[in-house]
Amino acid sequence: MFYREAGDFKTSYVDDSQTFPIAFDRYRYYFVLVIAFGIIPFIINDYWANAVMVPFLIYAIAAIGLNILTGYCGQVSLGTGGFMAVGGYACYKLMTAFPDVSIMIHLLLAGFITAGVGVLFGLPSLRIKGFYLAVATLAAQFFLVWLFNKVPWFYNYSASGQISAPERFVFGVPVTGPNVEAWAKYTVCLIFVTGCAWLARNLTRGTIGRSWMAIRDMDIAAEIIGVNPLKAKLTAFAVSSFFIGIAGALLFAVYLGAVEVGEAYGINKSFLVLFMIIIGGLGSIFGAFAGAAFMVLLPVLLKNVLVGGLGWDTALATHFEFVIVGALIIIFLIAEPHGLAQLWKLAKEKLRLWPFPH
Amino acid sequence: MKKRLATMAVAAVMAASPVLADLVFPSLSYRTGPYAAGGIPFADGYADYFTLLNERDGGIGGVMTRVIECETGYNTEKGVECYEATKGEGSLVYQPLSTGITYQLIPKVEADGIPLHTMGYGRTSAANGKVFNNVFNYPANYWDGASIAIKHLLDENGGDLSGKKISLVYHNSAYGKEPIRTLEELSSKHGYELTTIAVDHPGQEQKSQWLQIRRERPDYVIMWGWGVMNQVAIQEAANIRFPMENFIGVWWSGSENDVIPAGEAANGYKSLNMHNIGTDYPIYADLQQYVIDAGKAAGAGDQVGTVLYNRGFYAAMLAAEAAKEAQRIHGEAEITPAMMRDGMAALEMTEERMAGLGMPNFGPAFSVSCENHGGSGQGKIQQWDASAQQWNIITDWIDSDKEVIQPLIMEDSEAFAAENNITPACADS
Repeated sequence: MFYREAGDFKTSYVDDSQTFPIAFDRYRYYFVLVIAFGIIPFIINDYWANAVMVPFLIYAIAAIGLNILTGYCGQVSLGTGGFMAVGGYACYKLMTAFPDVSIMIHLLLAGFITAGVGVLFGLPSLRIKGFYLAVATLAAQFFLVWLFNKVPWFYNYSASGQISAPERFVFGVPVTGPNVEAWAKYTVCLIFVTGCAWLARNLTRGTIGRSWMAIRDMDIAAEIIGVNPLKAKLTAFAVSSFFIGIAGALLFAVYLGAVEVGEAYGINKSFLVLFMIIIGGLGSIFGAFAGAAFMVLLPVLLKNVLVGGLGWDTALATHFEFVIVGALIIIFLIAEPHGLAQLWKLAKEKLRLWPFPH
Repeated sequence: MKKRLATMAVAAVMAASPVLADLVFPSLSYRTGPYAAGGIPFADGYADYFTLLNERDGGIGGVMTRVIECETGYNTEKGVECYEATKGEGSLVYQPLSTGITYQLIPKVEADGIPLHTMGYGRTSAANGKVFNNVFNYPANYWDGASIAIKHLLDENGGDLSGKKISLVYHNSAYGKEPIRTLEELSSKHGYELTTIAVDHPGQEQKSQWLQIRRERPDYVIMWGWGVMNQVAIQEAANIRFPMENFIGVWWSGSENDVIPAGEAANGYKSLNMHNIGTDYPIYADLQQYVIDAGKAAGAGDQVGTVLYNRGFYAAMLAAEAAKEAQRIHGEAEITPAMMRDGMAALEMTEERMAGLGMPNFGPAFSVSCENHGGSGQGKIQQWDASAQQWNIITDWIDSDKEVIQPLIMEDSEAFAAENNITPACADS
């Protein structure tokens, strides 16, 4: 009824090729932005920020990053945790070396440094493909974690090998360190998420995105029609690592405040983000958000229901969490192998035809 | 096994329950994952002590206690979630039993004004209470532990370790790296040669590390391990026939779970301890009567009297005594976290006090002050007897080498203060 193109006339090419051509979609997008920027910061409390929203937003950035590499360009990567570690440690070194420069700039720079490292580890992708590339990026994961554990320069020679974020301000409001308000934490992450998602959406709609998808769908055919695989693959690694680096830097500086590389950026992180994009949907920005929400929010929800609501024993509840989340992943993937994004797309398709489905 | 009572349940998402007249002691426990073998007995002991106080004395100073358990799985992100979920309940003191989570919580508790007690773990330099107002690590810390182990070796070698080779096998995390600095300082003082060998989380695979030990033939091996890493290390040491009496673990590497899997081969393995062992104390009769026989024991109820159960029990006892102290200082029964901090900073554990609790000589006698949050820094050495399946205490309390440790604590805590713009000062009560 509301959700259709009919009657929504476009009078210019710019209007016709906009991100959300359907009016209802566009309004929904503005509505979400208004809620996220205009309402949530005023009502959010510490628990919602630290346990729910901030991790969700940070993992959404990481999932967008990996989705560009794996979902759009078809290069499987198991090095996400390692690249997040590069972002986190780059941010730490920058924060401690240049305390007067704004943290926002450091977060961006951490992304650029990670992009450089990502390109370096992306070079083998020109020769090796598929599972073999997955193993090469797995090596990157282990190498990077080992490096940050081994070389004391990265953690400023602290006795414990931990890095901890000093207090930094944006317009006089602390955003890292102990005295951060919930809304400040949330807003910083939200700004980066919005920026990253906007950038990713527009990149994937343009020339670069199309060359990535050409490489993904059939690299030899793409090469023959004139897509440069060197450029396409390395830009995918660079852009993907840029997002992942920002996610890693936010995870360290804004969310956790102190990290230890083996725990915060271990192989588990690589798998977690990979699961997010598989469940959310490969090659979809919405899928990255849906997957991050599923993997971050569901365990918290289950914990609150089982322990808080039903009064179960904590150990039993934790074991059941694994069982339930695991079962749901399998059920989702059987019901819709292309992830939550595909379910969403089908739902929209149905809405457009409603009330006359065929 | 008993279901946790509904009163213990964490309130749902918003954690906005009405004000309850309870003394809340959150227990960030881990009963799952590779470190559960250590987490379960500690959490059981912690919960059982408070159950005992409720059942026998009607709480502390007439106010009932409430333990909120929250599962962290030794994972820092879940630890943060647990902290945020429970801090609104009026939590008096946090004991996360994880050095990683401790590092996360230190800045948060300083901002929120809730005390954090990290007994024998966490950030060692938190012993300087002028910098870390809300963080306590009495009765002993990692650097004390390193020094106690070396002192024990000095005793065995007639006071001379020059030319000896000592290897440190450590968990490759903040926890395992803590003692390195102290062991290096002590090595230049006593003239032994130190090599450090890292084991990555979770430590199930240590073949190459022990091959290296076999090649280097150190005279002694000191271990900073936790969870599954301990049992694997002891098994591997047995495999290369390393003499067990020359193998010393820190207090987190000295529970029954660590040595039993290696069977007879673990006989003679030594570890540190910061409290006494066994159930030969009057309080355990009360525990049997009020908690175990009444069917109110936490968990499966099969951990009573193990080393780590006793540690959880001891941690709860120190927390309860600090709460009593806080009630005495402020003259109020329903204390706040800030009052609890004052109670902890004024805590004095004497022989008489422990005897009065039915726990004579259970831990060292020590006192806490504003400047010194670290306690006495004493420890004992225990040795495993595989045929009797029990630990035996083989030394009296050993003092740590404060001459070496105190400057290190000052240096590290002042560096932290400078980094975070803290002016060292006592908290005003």
